[in-house]
Formats: sequence, structure tokens, C-alpha cells
Amino acid sequence: MSRPTALVLAAAGTNRDHDVAFALDLAGAEARITLLSELIERPALLGDGQLVVIAGGFSYADALGAGRMFALQLEHRVGDVLRTFVAAGKPVIGICNGFQVLTRTGLLPGALGHNASGHFQCEWVTLQAAASRCIWTREITTIDCPIAHGEGRYTHPDPAALVAAGQVALRYCAGNPNGSIDDIAGVCDASGVVLGLMPHPENHVVARQFPGFTHGTHGALGLALFDQGVRYAKEQ
Amino acid sequence: MTPNFVVVRGVERLTIRSTAADPRSATLLADAHALGLTDITSIDVADLVFLAGDSDRSQLESLLVDRLLQTGDWAVPQSAAIETALLPGVTDAAAQAVALAAETIGTPVAAVATGTRYEIGGEVDEVTMSALAKRLLANEVIERWSIGPIEPTFVDAEAVADVGVELVDLDGLDDDALLVVNRERGLSLDLAELHAIAAHFRAAGRAPTDVELETLAQTWSEHCAHKTFRARITSADGQQISPLLQQLRDATNEIDAPFLRSAFVGNAGIVSFTAGTTIAVKAETHNHPSAIEPFGGSNTGVGGVIRDVMGAAHRPIAVTDILCFGPTDLAADHLPDGVLHPRLIEAGVIAGVADYGNKIGLPTVAGAVLYDPGYIANPLVYCGCIGVADDTPPLTGPHAGDLVVVLGGRTGRDGLRGATFSSATMDATTGDVAGASVQIGDPIVEKMLIDVLREATGLFTAITDCGAGGLSSAIGEMAERIGADVDLAGAPLKYPGLRPWEVWLSEAQERMVVAVAQTAWLQLQQLCDRHCIEATALGTFTGDGVLHVRHDGTTVLRLDTRFLHDGRPQRSMQAVLPTPDRGSAEPPQCPDVAATLLSLLRHPNIASKEAVIRRYDHEILGSTVVRPLIGRNHDGHADGVVIADPADTHGLAIGIGVNPWFGEIDPQRMALAVVDEAIRNVVAVGADPDRVALLDNFSWGDPRRPSTLGELVAAVDGCCAASIAHGAPFVSGKDSLNNEYLGADGARHSVPPTLVITAVAHVPDANAVVTPDLKRAGNVVVQIGATACEFGGSHFAKVHDAPGMAVVPGPDAAAPVRYRRMHQALRSGRVAACHDLSEGGLAVALAEMSIAGRLGLSIDTLPGPDDVSALFSESSSRFVCEIAATDVEWLAELLGEPVAVLGTVVDSPELSLPGCASIPLDALVTAFGARP
Repeated sequence: MSRPTALVLAAAGTNRDHDVAFALDLAGAEARITLLSELIERPALLGDGQLVVIAGGFSYADALGAGRMFALQLEHRVGDVLRTFVAAGKPVIGICNGFQVLTRTGLLPGALGHNASGHFQCEWVTLQAAASRCIWTREITTIDCPIAHGEGRYTHPDPAALVAAGQVALRYCAGNPNGSIDDIAGVCDASGVVLGLMPHPENHVVARQFPGFTHGTHGALGLALFDQGVRYAKEQ
Repeated sequence: MTPNFVVVRGVERLTIRSTAADPRSATLLADAHALGLTDITSIDVADLVFLAGDSDRSQLESLLVDRLLQTGDWAVPQSAAIETALLPGVTDAAAQAVALAAETIGTPVAAVATGTRYEIGGEVDEVTMSALAKRLLANEVIERWSIGPIEPTFVDAEAVADVGVELVDLDGLDDDALLVVNRERGLSLDLAELHAIAAHFRAAGRAPTDVELETLAQTWSEHCAHKTFRARITSADGQQISPLLQQLRDATNEIDAPFLRSAFVGNAGIVSFTAGTTIAVKAETHNHPSAIEPFGGSNTGVGGVIRDVMGAAHRPIAVTDILCFGPTDLAADHLPDGVLHPRLIEAGVIAGVADYGNKIGLPTVAGAVLYDPGYIANPLVYCGCIGVADDTPPLTGPHAGDLVVVLGGRTGRDGLRGATFSSATMDATTGDVAGASVQIGDPIVEKMLIDVLREATGLFTAITDCGAGGLSSAIGEMAERIGADVDLAGAPLKYPGLRPWEVWLSEAQERMVVAVAQTAWLQLQQLCDRHCIEATALGTFTGDGVLHVRHDGTTVLRLDTRFLHDGRPQRSMQAVLPTPDRGSAEPPQCPDVAATLLSLLRHPNIASKEAVIRRYDHEILGSTVVRPLIGRNHDGHADGVVIADPADTHGLAIGIGVNPWFGEIDPQRMALAVVDEAIRNVVAVGADPDRVALLDNFSWGDPRRPSTLGELVAAVDGCCAASIAHGAPFVSGKDSLNNEYLGADGARHSVPPTLVITAVAHVPDANAVVTPDLKRAGNVVVQIGATACEFGGSHFAKVHDAPGMAVVPGPDAAAPVRYRRMHQALRSGRVAACHDLSEGGLAVALAEMSIAGRLGLSIDTLPGPDDVSALFSESSSRFVCEIAATDVEWLAELLGEPVAVLGTVVDSPELSLPGCASIPLDALVTAFGARP
């Protein structure tokens, strides 16, 4: 198939939907922003996609904790269709708020608590791909991109077991910005098809977006992550 | 006016605590100790949810408590604590979410409310507990509090509004009686205006309704009508001064810039720098609300200016904020009563700006933070917004027959009388009087409004936002000359029980008004449904020039729009112009240059703002090229910032100019200096000085005081002169007057005269931008522009509190030509770094370049009349550039003026200046407050 269809799920409060659509376009996918209200009306819509992104933002204004309301709506209105999508091996990625949503639907392990600093942080980080089953981080060593969140501290009761299961996909490697356990920045599900991460690769898809650009240096593009996802979607 | 709410019996309460240490606790404890409440040893924070109705406890707990992060407790805790809950009538977004969630999982609840519980450790008596509650934990403008468990209140679903219309008979009232009506109803009108209204209704043969009086007071308020900027002014020597707004318009007309599309009209200024797209720019102030409710005031300040850009039919792409606070280390006993501590105002305002910008999804990219004792009781909050649109012909509506449609949020009692209140003086009672005057923001709804408008081009013939005065101003302005007939009964309400004038004047946020042709109405409704946005037709534009407002058929307002908009008598005012000292001055002494430089870097107005900037998402939309923080460790300050769509080669630069300390001495030279500074900041980063648009935002004292008005006249004169000299037109502006406070001496004082200039400029090549951080050892640094001994209002004077420094820097006539040639130099790519000189002069600029690049400097030449002036004078229109040693002649020739080589960039981490020991780079970094 030439350009796989990528559905960008957006609820009330999602605000990086257009940033993700631009990244997917550059990575060779046909990005289609799909509102949660439309998906609830016609769950079958999900079937049109070969790849699903749950974009970043403040869905439902983080009421009751970031991602909880979006997850609740997904779970109760579209839960089975989403599980079938994942079972069919189609790639799913949850970025920032999307990661919080996927942990709260149970599709991904662990939880995201308040940053150790106690407030919202916007800064650049470097991520290192860990040895894992994750299809999104194949052939990736590092990624430079920004974080922009207040509830990004990853917690898990037994991180060693997660590592053993090959589900730790990405780690902060030049300083842990929010107190995440074991420097974990992104995890995948057992099948490796679903990835959740707090940082925003979609905001480093063009060289000029790298802060070092103004003093002549280049970083590892976040576009590589979307390239891997789109490539895998084509292989299905 | 208190809303009708009930206390519900049979309520269960869930206390939700975080298992890990809640980060909020540490900050609160530090704040409590800063307020002198030192016997408190710990403050633990828990969230409260109150639920009425017999729903399944375990299901609700699974909904509300996240096992890995929190624990839930249904028992009523007994430990020492303070609990807070929102006042009735204040929107409780969390409660609405709980209700929606409970319904989704099939266990609906009868009523929900939320709150917060602060568990207090240590030997704490009742007096300390209530001081802690009143001064730190609860804001009594929007919250109730209790020592121990709090009793929640719930919305009374059946409240019924009394729709009776009150007639206010003005006929036959003498001046004193008129002024009593004026004060009781908070109209903030003067006698001439009251007489004009009384005469109008005498001729109409009837008494005005309460809604008509309130509408006239809003439309004629200083905030909406700019009465002072449109006033006839005469100076002490009888000289006639043309109205200030007219002077700014005349300057813009004289420049006649080819890129100008619309100036001083409608919601925002509009320019077109590149074929096919236009840019809308606007900046607003939200000072008074932020003084009494810092979070809500700044939150809705950002939401309001974003809506101005949406009201000019442009898609917002960036936000700016300039904040002015009292010193945050103010001793508790120096705090005037009824005033929040600057530390709390700062924390609340910054959190409010961050909350709105981050949630609506717009990068907060440029701004400034200033501190001065003059702002203790009257902080200033400037919020700016930039939007983009395809270059289409302007909208021609409304046309007779078009529907009057309100889009977005529901209407409640938020911010009633916002416009008139912001024109009144602040005093200790302002807190409780103005309680209802603070608006509540919801960035999520506004983001959905942006998405609707993004797809709605062609579906409406006119658009504006609901700002001060709410529907009365929005529909009133749009109906000017054409007239409209609307029924308020159709307006969707947050809760029942609002009287007609409350619906008509409410400043509930996130609402737009559009004129929609009958044929397009269905399509617009379908688009709004898709985005979960409410769209309600309230009536039609009639074409008879009369604004007719009903409620369920009863007429509550009927005004000829000509009288509403043009009936206000022009004010005539007296001004006493300032006569500042502009003679020459002796250079001050500076026994220890290094100590002076370090104390300047530590000064709150110069020190690092990284901690504030990191709270703002400045990465969203992926279009930020030059960030507010630059350099090797991303912890130096940029001059101008640059945004550019990732798919474009060209971009936009944003620069700010502000210096109230010049203004306290010489307002005219202050205006000349800050216009130059804003332009300097965009030129320094690579913008084209031939394509610069300006915004002016004044925060001033009471213009009825002739000397204060005289300072305003001098400042506007400076703005016009600088704008014409640089060929950079003003396209929009706003004045916030009556920023006064009662000082410790019992007298009324005005805030420092604070003029903020925003420059928005075209950047031809966003890949060829230049930043202030030093780039390479071996390069040389050169100074461009001349230095004079001008220390009036300087930060050198502040850190030395040396008397007699009265001469404020004057304008440099060579600046406009210099900036055009600098632009050529910067576009060549041969300038490695460029930094403008402002607070603290050359010494601070060199230190900032060194810190940002983490490279040393060996300086051996100081151009200027004397070393102290060369290092610390704040003369206007100067730059420092880093270039290859071999390019000095090239640059001097290109600029056509002398270029003073100051010294060389070196690897060794120190700044060495002639005549003093070298200063280690680490000492500079630590003083500035950058990361080690």
C-alpha cells in the first residue's frame, strides 16, 4: 500500500493533533484527525486506519488526573474495537497525554504521576532506545526532542520485570527531567506494537526545530520514530 | 446578587491522597514560612470529592482513585486540617468531569462537588490556622474555607430568575442625586456623561431600564471607549493638544507602510509581510483582576487576547506575556492590608498564564518579568497574541437579515461589571466588592472554538469576541448603525436564576458572536456539533439602526445605536507637561567594577527568567526557531524570538521594549527608548527593519491628575516620533488607566508609568537567524553605536542608589539607518552573534553573551566618554556583535560608521575588563542564576 492511513485521535483538549499530523505526513502516511465524538458515534471508523496515534494535550483539562476521562470514554465506548485493532498487529502510539490514556485503559503497564518538581516543565531531552520488543524503536539509537508536561513521572511496581519482558522502549539518557523510575521515558505492550512515551518526537521532524540549530549543531530527529511506525504499518 | 444555591444532606466524601510525596506540599510549606507562619512543620495536600445520591461506592472509587498513585478514604478524617471549596456560582470543572465520568460507567450521581484538604503538622493554634487559610490556601474571592471538614454546596437546578425590568428615573435629579445613582450602580461615569444620558431619555419621554444604564456604562467605560485617549486636552499654558489616539493614527497614516492592512480598527492590527497571508497582532492588560485573583486574572487575560485575534478572523499561533510584580522578598509587615503578598501574586499569575497557554495549545514565546515596589498593590499583566490567516478580502457583514449567533461557552455570573471595574481605583475593600468581577477561564472550549473557526471560513459575514461587557459590547458593537433584535431567553446558561442584565452583561469566557446568513446557518450548526461547541441564534440584524433586547418577549433594552456609540460627550482634560532634566551629567564613581557587574546580574530585573519560561510550553506547533532561552546550555536570554512554520523558509520575529524607570524621570525619552528597544530586539535576531509593526500598551495612573496626564501626553509624543523615525507603524494598542493604590502614607499613588512596546517583524530567512551567545574563540567582539554619560533610570543607579543621576538616555538619530545596514550584515551570515545593549549597559551585555555561549572574553578597549559610562551607561540604539577578526573593515564599511573593537573571544572561562581583576565565568553564571 502506498501511504497508510494514520488516524490521529483527538478528544476535547487534545492540542498537538496538527503537530502529529505534520510528522506523519513527512513519514509517508495519510494523516486523518479523528475526533473522539466521531469515533464514539461510529466505532467502525477505527477499521479505516492502519496506524493509530493518540496525540498530546490536556484532554478534558486533565480533570481527575491526566488522560483518565479520555481513557474512560475509549474504554466504555470503543474498548473492543480498539483491542481488536491492536490484536491485528496494527501499530498504536500514545504521546504524552496519549501515553497517560493508554496506561489508564490498561493497554500499557504503569502510571504517570506529578513531576518530581511539582510543576509543568518544557525543556529538551535526549532519549536512548533500550533493547526491547517495541516495533517503533527498531533501528533507533537516540532521539532528541522536547518534553512539555506536568504529570510525566513514570511509576511501575517492578521495573526490572518490565525490562525482562522487553517492554522498556526508551530511557532519558542525559538527565531525568521528572523523577521517572529507572529513567523510563517510554514503554510498549507485550506484543511490541503499542508504544507510549511522554516526550514529543513530533516537535523535532525538521532540522531547524533543534535548539542547537542556531549555533550550528544538529540533533537526532524524532521523525525516525514515525518512519518506523509507518514502515511497520505498511508491512502488515 | 448572591446566587441561589442549596446545601444538600446525605453527602458522602472521598479523600484522595497521593502515595508518593505530593510535590505541592514542599512549595506550600516554603510559602507559609515566608509569610512568618513558622510553627507549621508540614502541609500535606489531598483532593476531596463530595457525592450525593446512592451510587456504588467501589465503582466510584475505581473511577476516582488510581491504585498506583493514590489511596481513597471515605471516612471523615479527624486530623488538624483546613479545607477549601469553590464559592457557589464559580464553575467547578472537576465536578462536571466527575458527573460525566460517573454517567459513562453507568452509575450516575445526583450531585457532585470537589474541594481540597490541607493537613497541617506542628503545634498550630486557631489564629495561625485562619491566617494560613486567608493568606495562602484560600482565595476568598472564589473560595470558601473551614478549619476541619467543609460543608459542600451544590447547584440549585430549579432556581427561577425574576425577569422584572427595573426602571431608573433620572429625570429631575440634581447633580448630587445623579452621582449617588452612579456610585450605587458602579457605573463609573462622570457628570457630563450622566447629563447626556438623562437628556436622551427625557427626549424619549421615558426612564431608562437598569439594563440600558448598565449597557451605556459599559460601552462608555474608559476600558471600552478610551475616553482619555479620545479627550480634548489643553496644557497648562493653554496650548491645545490633539487627542492621543488621533496622534498615533496620524503617525501610522504618515508612514503609510505598504504592508499595513488595518490599524486601530476592530479587534487587532493586521499586516501582510508575505504574499497570500496576513498577520493579526493584539496585546491586552488584565491588571485589576490579577491583583485580587492572580490565577484567574492572568488566565482570562491570556484567553481574552487570544479571542481578540480570533475576533479578527485569524488563527492564533503564539502568545506573549509581560508581568510586573512587587519585590517578592517584601517583609510581611510592609504589606498594605487587603493586598496579597507579591510572592503569591507572582506564583498565581505565572500559573494562570501557563495554564491557559499550555492547555489551549499555543506557544508562550516572548515576554518580560519586572519587579518594583510601585507594583506591590497594583501588579500589571500584559498578554499579547499573534494570529495568521489567508489573505482574503475583509468580511462585509453583518447584513440585514443575518442571524445573531453566540458560539462557545455558557453564560454565568462571571466577571459582572468587568469593564467599569477595571477603570476604578483599587483599595483594601476591592477584594470583596469585586468578588464577582473575576472571570473564570476554560482553555479547552476556546481550543475547540479555534478548530471550528478554522473550518468555518465563508459561513459567517462578521465576527467578534465577547470581552469586557460580554454580549452587550459584542452585539452592541456589531450592531453599530445596522441594529439588531435579540431575545436573551435563548442564551444557554451555566445555571438557572440569572436576571436579564446579568445575562446581557456577563463576562463568561470563551464566547464569540458571529453574523450568519440564513443559508449558512445549518452548515455552521453541523460543524459546531462535530466539535462539541454550542451555537445559539439569539435573534437577527435588523437594518433599522436600533438595538432591541428582549427577555421572553419583554423589552429590557431599546437604544438607537448612534446614541450608544456616538452619544458620549467628548471629555476635556487638563495636562501639566513634565520638564525633565536633559543637561549633561558628571560620570558616577565605580570603585569596584566586578562587584557592580555581579550585583547587576543578580538584580531581579536582569537575572535569569529560566524558572518562569520553563513553565510555559514554547515548543508546541513546532514553529519556534529562536526560543526565549538560547545558547550552549539553553539558559541565556534571547533578544527577539523567531517563529516560523516548519514548512516555510520565512518567519516572524517578536521583540519587547519596556522601561518604567526611564518613565518616572522622562516619559517622552522613555517612549523613544522602548520603541527603539523593541525594534532593536527584532533586528538583532535577523528581522527586516523595513517590515516592523508595533503595538503600544500603556498602564498609567489617574489621568484626571494633570501631571499624570501630562506624562501620558509626553509618552505618546515619544511613541509617534520614534514610530515615524523608524518607519514602523503602530497597528493596535490599549490603555489601562487608574492604576493607583493607597500608599503607606495614606496618599494615592500611581504605578510607575509602564509603557510596553511589542514589535512584530518579518524574518526573510528563518534559517539565517542570529543569537546573542558567543560562538567561537578567536573571533572579536565589536560595539556598534555611541555611548554617552546618561545614567537617569539606569540599573547602575539602582544597585548604587546614587543620587543625582537624572539624565535619561536620548534617541540616536542614526539608529534607523544603522538598523537597515545591520540587517544586511546579519543576512550575510558573517555575524556569529549579536546582542542589543539595554539594562546594565555594555558590561551586562558582554557577561550575558559570555554566559550564554559558556566562552570567555578578553576586553581591552571601552569606547565612551569615560570607563564607567562605557561599561554601565544605558545609551540607546547600540549592539555588540561577534565577527571574525578579519571582518572588522567589512562591517565598518557596510555600516558606514565607526566600529569599536572591544576585545577577543577566548576559551579560558573568564571575563577580563580593563582596570579590574578578571571575573570567573562561574561567578557570572551563578550571579545570573543560570544552571552551573
